Amino acid sequence: MRTLNRTTESLNFWSGILFGLGAVAFIDEVIFHQLLHWHHFYDKSTTSVGLISDGLFHAFSWFATVAALFMVADLKKKNSWQKKRWFGSYILGAGVFQLYDGIIQHKLMRLHQIRYDVEIFYYDLVWNVIAAIMIVIGLIILKGEKNKTKVSEGKVAS
Amino acid sequence: MHHNDYPMNLVSFLWLIPFILIIFLYILAINYSNKVFRKWPFYRTILFIMGIIVIASACIGPIAENAHTNFVFHMYSHLLLGMLGPLLIALSAPMTLLLRSIPVPAARKVSKLLKSKYIQTVSHPIIASTLNLGGLWLLYTTKLFEAMHHSWLLALIVHLHIFLAGYLFTISIIYIDPTPHRTSFKMRSIVIILYMAGHSILSKWIYVNPPRGVSKQDAELGGMTMYYGGDFIDVIVVIILWYQLYSSSRVKKSTTLTSYSFN
Repeated sequence: MRTLNRTTESLNFWSGILFGLGAVAFIDEVIFHQLLHWHHFYDKSTTSVGLISDGLFHAFSWFATVAALFMVADLKKKNSWQKKRWFGSYILGAGVFQLYDGIIQHKLMRLHQIRYDVEIFYYDLVWNVIAAIMIVIGLIILKGEKNKTKVSEGKVAS
Repeated sequence: MHHNDYPMNLVSFLWLIPFILIIFLYILAINYSNKVFRKWPFYRTILFIMGIIVIASACIGPIAENAHTNFVFHMYSHLLLGMLGPLLIALSAPMTLLLRSIPVPAARKVSKLLKSKYIQTVSHPIIASTLNLGGLWLLYTTKLFEAMHHSWLLALIVHLHIFLAGYLFTISIIYIDPTPHRTSFKMRSIVIILYMAGHSILSKWIYVNPPRGVSKQDAELGGMTMYYGGDFIDVIVVIILWYQLYSSSRVKKSTTLTSYSFN
């Protein structure tokens, strides 16, 4: 019974993380590439490591989105979808990927910048602060859920 | 380009014959199969015909004719021939139909062939994706692309390779037909992610490094066509891959998706 719960918990956690990653990649593509045209398809300063990293993350984000949705479908079918835990890990996953994109891919690998011909510092700042806020919110929600589980299992007297 | 005014000239009509013939054979096989087995699903027939139309439109007609001079059209034909066509054909389960419609001794020989070491090797996801992606890298990063436009035979070989490698890759990831040599879900997931990554890296590479005889602007448009078109079809493959896992975990009620996927 314990192991079954553990599996359900980790399935909820990971499907949230994967969906967060996929959602950020999708928003990045739709809003910043296609609608605003801020991001460039290719930037001359892109390093080859950046190109590979972008290719891998791009592929993985599609895979993650599909995987997450099937995992949720599976959880719902078994009536064990923990919405709050899922949402917490979703925000956490989105934040982590946004931070990776903002610091490693944009700055270190110079894949492309958030926007061109502007003072980029403020854009980077807002981008990464939002990412950090999402990570913190995600962790707080997950912590709350974890404590609730402990209480219900009787590990914490309260 | 005055001949474009006519819907079809004689040469392209002759090229149409093998495609019509293969649809005819598929329907003939359904007739044989229906005599002994459960009625062949109608949607599979539709998928097969759509697949053949997609492949034919990459080889003859307006897309194929423009593909010689226009790189974006070349990419359309590449996506149709190497990705969408193979997917539709794979979904139409041609091997199942073949095994059902031929005499038992012949079917035994075919299934023996399918179980052979050779088929096991080439249909392994790693080998199949290497054949597929490796062929593309070779085509666009060497002189092969230019040479293909000067040799009729070379063009035919390249087209055949693109289709066969695409088909082999598709059936190494999703299982519709009988597949004697199966690999784990994890293996197939990793391979399709790497394949998608390789495909998008190659399309960005083409965007910056136009193949010989292609203008910068055409290469940029072609690269983006390859990038987004490839995504679209690969995501369909990923959805089918996960759907198959999802439905198999529905049968075995005791197993959860995670425990199943990490076996």
